[in-house]
Amino acid sequence: MREPLIFEMGRAGRRAWSLPECDVPVPSDRQLLPPALREEMLPPLPEATLRDLVGHFTRLSQKNFCVDTHFYPLGSCTMKFNPKVNDVAASLAGFTEAHPYAPERASGLLEILASLGEMLCEITGMDAASLQPAAGAHGELTGLLAVQAYHALNGGRRKFALVPDSAHGTNPASCTLAGLDVRAVKSGRDGLVDMKSFRKELSRDVAVMMITNPNTLGLFEKDVREISRALHDFGALLYMDGANLNAIMGVARPGDFGVDVMHLNLHKTFATPHGAGGPGAGPVTVKNVLAPFLPTPVVRRDASGRAFLDADRPHSIGKMRTFYGNMGVLVRAYAYIRSLGAKGLREAAEHAVLNANYLLKKLAGRFPVPHGERCMHEFVATGEPLLKHGVRTLDVAKRLIDFGVHPPTIYFPLIVKEALMVEPTETESKETLDRFANICLRIAEEAEKTPEVLKTAPNTTEFSRFDEVAAARNPRLTWKPPVP
Amino acid sequence: MSYLPHVPGEIRSMLDTVGVEAISELFDCIPPDLRLGRELRLPPALSEPELTAHLRELASKSGTDVLSFLGAGCYDHFIPAAVDAIASRGEFLTAYTPYQPEASQGSLQTFFEYQTLMCQLTGCEVSNTSMYDGASAAAEAVLMGLNINGRKRAAIDEGLHPEYRSVLQTYVRHQGMELRTVRHANGCVDGGSLKEALSEEVGTLVVQSPDFFGTVHDLRALADAARAAGTLLIAVVDPISLGLLRRPGEEGADIVVGEGQALGIPMSFGGPGFGFLATRMEHVHRMPGRLVGEATDRRGKRGYVLTLQAREQHIRRGRATSNICTNHGLSAIRAAVYLSVMGPEGLRQVAELCLAKAHYAADRLSQLPGVSLRFGDAPFFKEFAIDLRGVSGRELRARLLKRGIDPGLDLGRFDPLFENSLLVAVTERRTREEIDRLVEAVRREVSP
Repeated sequence: MREPLIFEMGRAGRRAWSLPECDVPVPSDRQLLPPALREEMLPPLPEATLRDLVGHFTRLSQKNFCVDTHFYPLGSCTMKFNPKVNDVAASLAGFTEAHPYAPERASGLLEILASLGEMLCEITGMDAASLQPAAGAHGELTGLLAVQAYHALNGGRRKFALVPDSAHGTNPASCTLAGLDVRAVKSGRDGLVDMKSFRKELSRDVAVMMITNPNTLGLFEKDVREISRALHDFGALLYMDGANLNAIMGVARPGDFGVDVMHLNLHKTFATPHGAGGPGAGPVTVKNVLAPFLPTPVVRRDASGRAFLDADRPHSIGKMRTFYGNMGVLVRAYAYIRSLGAKGLREAAEHAVLNANYLLKKLAGRFPVPHGERCMHEFVATGEPLLKHGVRTLDVAKRLIDFGVHPPTIYFPLIVKEALMVEPTETESKETLDRFANICLRIAEEAEKTPEVLKTAPNTTEFSRFDEVAAARNPRLTWKPPVP
Repeated sequence: MSYLPHVPGEIRSMLDTVGVEAISELFDCIPPDLRLGRELRLPPALSEPELTAHLRELASKSGTDVLSFLGAGCYDHFIPAAVDAIASRGEFLTAYTPYQPEASQGSLQTFFEYQTLMCQLTGCEVSNTSMYDGASAAAEAVLMGLNINGRKRAAIDEGLHPEYRSVLQTYVRHQGMELRTVRHANGCVDGGSLKEALSEEVGTLVVQSPDFFGTVHDLRALADAARAAGTLLIAVVDPISLGLLRRPGEEGADIVVGEGQALGIPMSFGGPGFGFLATRMEHVHRMPGRLVGEATDRRGKRGYVLTLQAREQHIRRGRATSNICTNHGLSAIRAAVYLSVMGPEGLRQVAELCLAKAHYAADRLSQLPGVSLRFGDAPFFKEFAIDLRGVSGRELRARLLKRGIDPGLDLGRFDPLFENSLLVAVTERRTREEIDRLVEAVRREVSP
């Protein structure tokens, strides 16, 4: 059923709010605000009853696919199960009611921050952490600014960032914001950084290379240490996009294979919910050489082990946001790591890789995987063989919705034609994987026999495919009251 | 605790399908010398009851029994129960960014409603679906201004929250931008300083109102001055104040940003809240962040999609308007529910209560010997600065904390010139009795 907009519901005069009467005297002899600043008209917000608006937003929620209700193999996003106990932990009043300018009353939170930073350093093999960044891209910018500050103090500013052509779009965008010109490094036939192309770009003008490992094809960049050494020979640094850390937790550590600075996506690897697009958290971990440049303040421990906020950091890049970070997300990630422990984290990585390889094997017959027979936590298949039936990867994705599966990431990375990027994660059962594989194979068969079913998909949902071109050409970005 | 589903037999059969003997073989692609070769050194795993007990213990070390008048960008406003009920629904909580509109209409329509609500509130024509926080939204607005008019100078009003200023400096450091400060005189924008700044081809003027010290500024006058100089006005506003104050978009602000935490989001030690960013339609292609637009499906039904994505990093990569990807969607959903619950009358009532209670507190405090309002008659909304005689803000705060009262922010921590000042915030949640307790405690501690 069509759900009206909140603005189309309700009647003038209905109300959902409840507030106490004013209990302080209001002076009658003077105005508290000059009339020039006061708005006489009420803000034109909707007027509905609680019953109606709770119904409205609840019905809207039911129009979403989500991890709680659907298989959601969205590549690069690590849509694993989000444990409910972590939500409960994050909503404890001692955490939610803490004010950022009263750290003396938040020793429990400071302990969590200090401890989480230490655990993330151990997991990544790095020396120091900042929990400030609010998302992965925010972490990228933080790390790159630290790199810039490092060069400014060590031989002067540098111009270029090397970014593989398989990288997430945020990588080059963050470089631009950090004042670095992007030089693309080609991927080789094997889907890994092409060492020849990489070496050609090396110079004393290179500030940093951003690498994703495992990369967006789900492949481990085995030459990473050599890349790191070559960069270091030129005085440049190695940044790692930690979006795919889920594949290697407890197995290998970026700090051990030559990474100088990286971010983690707690909303991917550490099971905090994605919230329909955030809030997430993108902590940055660095080697000692970059520690002085981390955003201020950082959480440290004093001689007695008590955690405190250290704002006395003369070389810091400054602040990336107000206050200290997204606590609700950080508390959940802390709870997740404490639940799993070392063995649990490693097993999560192992099973994520097992699940991805199992699906790869089951699908590769109909959806070939151009870069190898094996993968880590995800793989990128191609829908190219279906093109001859007039069926595109987009059609496959939309058809999956008919079967109650959220589509994988599509058309990314850009180096694979008709890409389908599948990341099942470790929390999905064999039945779910088998069901998904069967659906995909059935769709491949449909592409041959009844391609029109795919071209019109989704066919069973409330909404069919949208005309996104028209929506962008004539953007309607707000509701406007009907003209009487 | 483990969230893994496979039983041993299943693992065996999956490995057979893959064609390997053991899971470890799947990691052969990692050269042996790059592997860890030991277990991570982490505290032992906890069961659910142990974890809950551990976290409750940590939470109990965070005092919630103090009567607090802290604000300064993070406020203790009332949160209607419906907000938590909706925002904790797994369908919103555990969904991703709505890339597939046919499977994400819940998020998309809610974001469309959020965009509309923020426009209704700010008097702007278009709002994105959220930024990280108020400070990063302000910084992105300055970069957006640079993108619009190409001018490499920004003038920053002295009343901007010091943390916002710091974030702004971090963001623009490598964009070849120059930041100028517009000075205040007695808490108000100094006309001479403003004129001087605007005479220098300034691209954007950033003014917070109510500002860091609580003072409300005349945005219309500032917008007129900015426009005459070809400068874009970026207004940083408190959304709760818009229940009462003139809407900045209608007053002439070109870009309106702010921190949305007050709209139904707990303080949580300062995050997550969310940043909002709204502007005029003519600037829509220069905006950072996600935008949701109305669309029609093949059967002619009205629905919603992510739109104008050609601005964004996943399409335009290094030439995008911003690097932002994940934003603060769930916080925006909370704000949409909050504003829908409050409606026009409720939001006005929250704002009126803040205004009345803050003025009651200011009147009573400033009647005490040794206490005065820092900025005299300057208009304020829910927050104000007091000057203390004979005691520093830091010292008074320490003494009152011993009585279970946090009187507000010690302003000396940001500026030594404010060593004897406190910034006091009074929201609708503070009762007259609580305010009287504060006044009485201050009276005892400040020598006449």
